[in-house]
Amino acid sequence: MIGGRGGALIGLGVAGLILCLTLGTLAAVAWRAEAASGLGPADWAALRFTLLQAALSATVSAALAVPVARAFARRRFRGRGVLIALLGAPFILPVIVAVLGLLAVFGRSGLMNDALRALGLPEVSIYGLQGVLVAHVFLNLPLATRLVLQGWAAIPAERFRLAASLGLGPAEVGRFLERPMLRAVLPGAWVAVFVLCLTSFAVALTLGGGPAATTLELAIYQAFRFDFDLSRAALLAAVQFALCLAAAGLAAGVARPAGLGAGLDRPVDRRDAGSPWLRVQDGAVIAAASLFLLLPLAMVLLRGVPQLGALPGPVWEAAARSVAVALASTLLCVALALPLAIAAVDLRRGGRWLEAAGMLGLATSPLVLGTGLFVLLRPLVRPADLALPVTVLVNAVMALPFVLRALLPALRDLRAGYGRLAESLGLAGMARLRLLTLPRLRAPLGFGAGLAAALSMGDLGVIALFADQRTETLPLQLYRLMGAYRMDAAAGAAVLLLGLSLGLFRAFDRGGRGHAGP
Amino acid sequence: MLVLDRLRIVQDDFTLTADFTVPTGARVAVIGPSGAGKSTLLAAVAGFVPLAAGRILWNGQDLAPLPPGARPLSILFQDQNLFPHLTVTRNIGLGLRPDLRLDRAQQARVAAALERVGLAGLGARLPAQLSGGQQGRVALARVLLRARPLLLLDEPFAALGPALKAEMLDLVAEIAAETGSTVLMVSHEPADARRFAPLSVLVAEGRAAPPAPTAALLDNPPPALAAYLGR
Repeated sequence: MIGGRGGALIGLGVAGLILCLTLGTLAAVAWRAEAASGLGPADWAALRFTLLQAALSATVSAALAVPVARAFARRRFRGRGVLIALLGAPFILPVIVAVLGLLAVFGRSGLMNDALRALGLPEVSIYGLQGVLVAHVFLNLPLATRLVLQGWAAIPAERFRLAASLGLGPAEVGRFLERPMLRAVLPGAWVAVFVLCLTSFAVALTLGGGPAATTLELAIYQAFRFDFDLSRAALLAAVQFALCLAAAGLAAGVARPAGLGAGLDRPVDRRDAGSPWLRVQDGAVIAAASLFLLLPLAMVLLRGVPQLGALPGPVWEAAARSVAVALASTLLCVALALPLAIAAVDLRRGGRWLEAAGMLGLATSPLVLGTGLFVLLRPLVRPADLALPVTVLVNAVMALPFVLRALLPALRDLRAGYGRLAESLGLAGMARLRLLTLPRLRAPLGFGAGLAAALSMGDLGVIALFADQRTETLPLQLYRLMGAYRMDAAAGAAVLLLGLSLGLFRAFDRGGRGHAGP
Repeated sequence: MLVLDRLRIVQDDFTLTADFTVPTGARVAVIGPSGAGKSTLLAAVAGFVPLAAGRILWNGQDLAPLPPGARPLSILFQDQNLFPHLTVTRNIGLGLRPDLRLDRAQQARVAAALERVGLAGLGARLPAQLSGGQQGRVALARVLLRARPLLLLDEPFAALGPALKAEMLDLVAEIAAETGSTVLMVSHEPADARRFAPLSVLVAEGRAAPPAPTAALLDNPPPALAAYLGR
């Protein structure tokens, strides 16, 4: 055992806490929802739109991910590693910054409409369904591409060698190697994007809205914030949770092995993809994807950097608040994740359940959690006083699955490699944590903490439910600036937010890598 | 005295039985075909494998309630005997106190053990900065400090060349003599068994046989051992 009996108890306690926070708040919400009369037409519309946009976002992201990942899998070029690393950036990119960047490219006075006007063509609007789609594809194409690229990387080099020795061309390689892999990988990628888009809030808040483009999450926010109709918010929250749970079940069900077997990690030699036409095709795909993903960010930087010196005082105050929230949330998240992960690896039988409890954050909507906490705590505290503590707590729970995913494989390896040695020496309890677990887990802990910090830093969700001027975080401040059409200040704040998010991630991630020993 | 009392280990469709006594201070080789259960036998004595039936006794005390670290033994595995992120000194220090809060006298003992295995001055290194033989010596220095009456060797030197392996076995023999330890050593090499262990336990066909004189066993092997030896 890594943590001994005490460690297992702490892990069970954490799992219980997560269950209370996710299912407990849902119960509180459901209890309030009893008074409601059922879903009205607007609510049904929100449900339909939520499903439609998530399905379309997932389909487009997965479909585009195939050529992009194939191009990356077939080509080796200078800067490939950097580009692939950049593909991971949108995951920790604050959504509101992405939206600002997309507005700079696709908005009313953005690059694209300027070009269309110059050519005398009709303008396109980034608001409504198409805007939500563009933003979701922008945010999730990198994730889908990485998942599919992992699928390509998992095809053993020996299969390609065999294909080359048999003289198979691109079509045959596609049929015998790539299609089985895609059949195994794509459903998972589709569902991953689908689930993320189901609870997407900031995108719908900024680019959606109105009767035709309101998601459930946005409807909860509106019911809560504008109508103060708690029972309706609660009912919508219950629907949202059911939806997320069903999607999580779907995600668990679609994983399917490709049956391509293991290889000996020989370098991949793609002789099937050597033709000039395929080179040009792959080059164009990579260039187009990079342009789509990097141009909006470049626009934010271009507009925002000159504004940094002239940012209004409240922006700096909000930034300080956000950093404090992110650090507190990171600390809490790691404090929850570590005992939970240790207990999940230690307890053979109960471990899977503990892991599942930690993953509940994936199926939970932050607004549902926030609404539930509000319902529970309203008799005791003023909502505005709750804003920051609840945000810290909710962000920690939402980041928990990602931190767990970073820790669990490392803990399992540690147990497999050094578990018996530690036990034979009687290394247990705090001494084991101090001398073995923490030093060996530095890298995944740093990475996980970095993710938690960046996600919390950029979060525009539950904070919008409660905040007043005294408790605004930087993303909310940025949203308010955009709403007031103070686009210069908004761009400056966006650069600040981007810098702080990436900076926090990098600081933690590097801290985990520094002198960790060979 | 180590007593394996009607021992029975069951893992899926694999079963191993043992019922014998090893006298205190004996050096015993555990030999037999691969997959016969030599390592499993040692793992059971060390407390890593549950018993389906029977008892393991050391000087009359049943080891069953003791977790691995509290048993009166030290074990060296095939590999991963050192923590790669801890210095040589700290790896050895674990043998005195698992929380590494060593006082001055204990630190001096660590330094002395390091010198005893011929690695004086290398205490600040990490295991990766040592050769395979030196890593084995570090593990033996820790065995020396733990000073447990029973020593289990699960082929920790299998990756070393013949000369180096012989050298390590000599060091083990010296340390065992100094601490008065009883040694059980898994071996693939008949020559190692002859050189190191006057007695041998043959593990084959689901059974660990009582210790028998090594030379006689190897000279007149029963059929299962003969097949393994290629005779």
